[in-house]
Amino acid sequence: MVQALDHLKETASQTAGPYVHIGLTPNFCGIGGVYDADLGTVMVGEKTLGQRITVSGRVLDGTGTPLKDALVEIWQADAAGLYNSPSEMRGSADPAFLGWGRCPTGAEDGVFRFETIKPGKVPFKDGRPMAPHITFWIVARGINVGLHTRMYFPDEVEANAADPLLLRVEHRDRVATLVATGSAPNYIFDIHLQGEKETVFLDI
Amino acid sequence: MSDRANRKPETGAFFPRDRNWHAPALTPGYKTSVLRSPQKALLSLDGTISEITGPVFGHSMLGERDNDLIHNFAKPGESAIGERIIVHGRVLDERRRPVPGALLEFWQANAGGRYRHKKESYLAALDPNFGGCGRTITDEDGFYSLRTIKPGPYPWPNGVNDWRPAHIHFSIFGHGFAQRLITQMYFEGDPMIWKCPIVNTIADRRAIEQLIAPLDWANTIPMDARAYKFDIVLRGRRSTLFENRMEGN
Ligand SMILES: [Fe+2]
Repeated sequence: MVQALDHLKETASQTAGPYVHIGLTPNFCGIGGVYDADLGTVMVGEKTLGQRITVSGRVLDGTGTPLKDALVEIWQADAAGLYNSPSEMRGSADPAFLGWGRCPTGAEDGVFRFETIKPGKVPFKDGRPMAPHITFWIVARGINVGLHTRMYFPDEVEANAADPLLLRVEHRDRVATLVATGSAPNYIFDIHLQGEKETVFLDI
Repeated sequence: MSDRANRKPETGAFFPRDRNWHAPALTPGYKTSVLRSPQKALLSLDGTISEITGPVFGHSMLGERDNDLIHNFAKPGESAIGERIIVHGRVLDERRRPVPGALLEFWQANAGGRYRHKKESYLAALDPNFGGCGRTITDEDGFYSLRTIKPGPYPWPNGVNDWRPAHIHFSIFGHGFAQRLITQMYFEGDPMIWKCPIVNTIADRRAIEQLIAPLDWANTIPMDARAYKFDIVLRGRRSTLFENRMEGN
């Protein structure tokens, strides 16, 4: 016998289901009066530092149909490349920017949209800079475990070419699935759940 | 922020997710997954600062009735119809450490199994005093509790005659974005759990059992509400001793 490791198992994920908006964006789905406002709808205020951008896109299924019942969350660094988190040891992030947003895909067009700022570069574990990026997490009916991915910027060609995560993508033509289209200040990031253009999702 | 200001900073990466414990993406018994499941391999990578960090939600954002679904949508002096229950427990990580300051958001059907949602088509009645959403934040020891009515089971279009067992949806925000989790809680003794195609997306019976809240008789409030205990485990974080450190860290 040896000592027991005594670890617990992570609670298994279950789909967010068709009514995720009741729980996470109740005002959006017509349940008013419980919370003043839905969390994560406003990311940027007057005092927030950095270049204002919008990021919009759709989440598409294997037939190319946009999901109208998905929910997208994003997490990003501030303009100086610092996260507003107690785990950020390199300095203090912009107090006027939480860096987290939440948006349902539209019931009519399936489009999500974030008004945010362009994040700065943050270091990879070995100190190499990672290109500016926004972390995405996607849940919906039919998705059993929430999907993590990243959005990079199309106007950061050099930084993207040296990005340690993008360099790990074996099939080089799939790198493009992690890079937005459009140009400053309006970027478009479509997420393909499957098919030829399937987005690279991360186990991270 | 002050809640965690005095703690040792958490800078380690998270334990990898056990992908055999979680449901796979493609689970044909749950038909909607067929066209919404990635088919290519995930890109596996040790967490970077973009995943080990996460936002803090302060207790000050909570309203007084946010975790009381019996009253948070009800007209003054009225309450939701159904079996009154308390759901309580702890949020822990895989190393058994409590997760303080975790944001929990929950949603559910009413006592008749009906959701307050425009896409909902089940013929069961709406309860005018029940909205179906709530939220809370764990205390310094990782504890949380909420009050609600026991949700009813409901039919859904998947197979010809598929029903969801009574359940409460939980969304959990721990300390790192990599811990982000949505799951569902079931009730001890419900025979419908084992017939459910969504439950059965999970292959390991122990992982399913971990989603079933036992009746907690000791914590039942006499003449008021029965209690169910539901602990939630988030990914553990490596100890940071001997980690590769980032420059300036
Ligand atoms: Fe449900």
